[in-house]
Amino acid sequence: MMHRETIPRVVTKLLFPFILLFALYVQFHGELGAGGGFQAGVIAAAAVILYGIIFGLSAAHRIAPPWLVEMLVPLGVLIYAGVGVVGLLLGGNYLDYFVLDPDPVHGQERGIFWVEIGVLVTVSSTMIAIYYAFAGRGR
Amino acid sequence: MIATHLPALQVVIPLLAAPICAMLRRGSHAWAWATVVSWTMPVIAVAILLQVLEGGTISYWIGSWEPPWGIEYRIDTANAFVLVLVSAIGAVVMPYARASLEREMPADRQVWYYTMYLLCLTGLLGMAATGDAFNVFVFMEIASLSSYVLIALGRDRRALVAAYQYLIVGTIGATFYVIGVGFLYVMTGTLNIADLAERLPLVENQRPVFVGLAFLTVGLSLKLALFPLHFWLPGAYAHAPSVATAFLAASATKVAIYLMLRFFFTVFGASYPLADLAIPALWIALSLAAIVLASITAIYENDVKRMLAFSSVAQIGYITLGIGLNSEAGLTGSIVHLFNHGLMKGALFLLVGGIAYSTGAVTVDRIAGLARRMPLTFAGLVIGGMSMVGVPGTVGFVSKWYLVLAAVERGWWWLAVLIVASSVLALVYMGRLVEAAYFRPAPASSAGDQEMPLSMLVPAWVLVGACVYFGLDTGLTAEVAAQAARGLLGTP
Amino acid sequence: MAGAVAHFGNWVTVILMVIGLYVVLARGNLIKKLIGLSIFQTSVYLLYVGPGKILGGTPPIIAEGFTVYANPLPHVLILTAIVVGVATLALGLALVVRIHEAYGTIEEDEVLGREGDS
Repeated sequence: MMHRETIPRVVTKLLFPFILLFALYVQFHGELGAGGGFQAGVIAAAAVILYGIIFGLSAAHRIAPPWLVEMLVPLGVLIYAGVGVVGLLLGGNYLDYFVLDPDPVHGQERGIFWVEIGVLVTVSSTMIAIYYAFAGRGR
Repeated sequence: MIATHLPALQVVIPLLAAPICAMLRRGSHAWAWATVVSWTMPVIAVAILLQVLEGGTISYWIGSWEPPWGIEYRIDTANAFVLVLVSAIGAVVMPYARASLEREMPADRQVWYYTMYLLCLTGLLGMAATGDAFNVFVFMEIASLSSYVLIALGRDRRALVAAYQYLIVGTIGATFYVIGVGFLYVMTGTLNIADLAERLPLVENQRPVFVGLAFLTVGLSLKLALFPLHFWLPGAYAHAPSVATAFLAASATKVAIYLMLRFFFTVFGASYPLADLAIPALWIALSLAAIVLASITAIYENDVKRMLAFSSVAQIGYITLGIGLNSEAGLTGSIVHLFNHGLMKGALFLLVGGIAYSTGAVTVDRIAGLARRMPLTFAGLVIGGMSMVGVPGTVGFVSKWYLVLAAVERGWWWLAVLIVASSVLALVYMGRLVEAAYFRPAPASSAGDQEMPLSMLVPAWVLVGACVYFGLDTGLTAEVAAQAARGLLGTP
Repeated sequence: MAGAVAHFGNWVTVILMVIGLYVVLARGNLIKKLIGLSIFQTSVYLLYVGPGKILGGTPPIIAEGFTVYANPLPHVLILTAIVVGVATLALGLALVVRIHEAYGTIEEDEVLGREGDS
């Protein structure tokens, strides 16, 4: 924890919203170009981890409580696998995105969109969980 | 409608159940949930097996993408049989898990145990169900990573070292597998197993294919613990929680053996790796070495879990021996022993776990005279041991019968004699247990020992009963195994 | 010599593969073993991605005037393999942390030497 260094503390506070915004940009730009849930998840997690490094682990626990992080890891997997089940319920095979919309091409887009949301949730929370696990060791 | 989706449901249900299990956060809730889920698995697996026996191979297109572009789940008799074994063992061990884990780990860890167990089940079932070589790798890693955690959850610190060593060896094995698949992919441009089988003959005698086959063989041999690549197995089995040992011993190596069968016979075609190349001689030599050397090690082992682990290595030797014989009888023996060994080793590890429940560590000295205090446990152990030896009326006899038949068919009388003679080794190491438990006086310190709770005893005895039932009524297992063997060999 | 240059990618793959495996087998430090394992896995990424590249090939998007496309499948496969590799590494490191707490060392021979005490 850095108590006296003013510049890193101020810069972190300034950067924090922009890092999250950039994560969202990478997430939704993933449909058109480079990007997607994996990268966005890591960037979003980086924001929290940076916050934790500068302000201390307990401060990071306040903005992203460990119980919430532990719930989000399985939630993302559920979203991803759940999209597949929706395809199953709509009359297709498992992970069938064609049936998600009357227009099959649009259905693919819709399927990928939700899958990427699931990836974002799991990757970001897993990264934070790993950071918590290692940083919280030995306390 | 639901019948057509069974292959996907077989894998997806435990996959979806695992994150839900992690969210439950209470050991007892997680156990109830995991038990319900694991009991639906054999129902689905048996339904799939019946479908396959009736209507032939099932092909399921994930995401409705047509193979070979999309991932295909392709199930014929061989993998339907493996699905039944894995899911049945997975279901039987669950009622046992509750009491056993209560004693072996703190409550907050039990949630993770059940979550990892469901993921491991997902991985193993996925490996067996999928028809895509790279998809196999993904499921293999799901199963392996979760089984490292299962082992690390064992009761003392040696479990951590065992899990670490298994992680290193398992990752090397999986990576070798994926290198092998990479070579085949570069040569054929396909990852679909059925498609690979069609395209490989066009490039069969080129060096990258040999290299790919070599990597595949070594990688899978590490995973299935073929002698001398078995060194990770005893530590992992000895230090894992009792119920995890029973589950992994009965299922994990078996799925790897199934993949070996799939690649040797379906992908390369039996005549190729086993007849044209010099593999069979080496293969049979290694199998025999496994049977003899691992059995002898088991005889000198004092820790009962380690002894049974070495016995697993020896029994895997019988299974690979059948592969090396490369005939319908040999392959039938292999597949039927794959199933039978799952039953009897599952039963034995559950029983030994029950002894550990009362005594802590289980060594041959510690169980002296215990048969009087735990009559049911040791009666099961005697039957399981007889099956391991291959006494008629137990499953062990059925498998050895087919192997001896295959050896005689080839005219290799020496091999038939060796197979029968090697049973004596099993008799010696199982006999040591029986001798200690029944004929040695009990030390005073064992006064407090008593039978394990009923919730643990019943699952163990279900498997013991299965050892006898399938030993007497061979129609079911041997018939299905023979059909699976014909399917793999491509003979009608 | 020309052959060696033409197969530059394959040479890198093989060298990384052997270095990685050697480190896993020869080093006694549990962290170094994991580093070797990672190098070994990385060589496989190259093994797959390398042949996917086609000289003059463009990304596989249908457009006028382009007929040669690079194969995107190896990249997708290796993306999966990288995730698997990261998961393995994370689990391995977590185990090493626990081993360090339980044994007070991360040297393999010392750990095995203390096994009998427990």
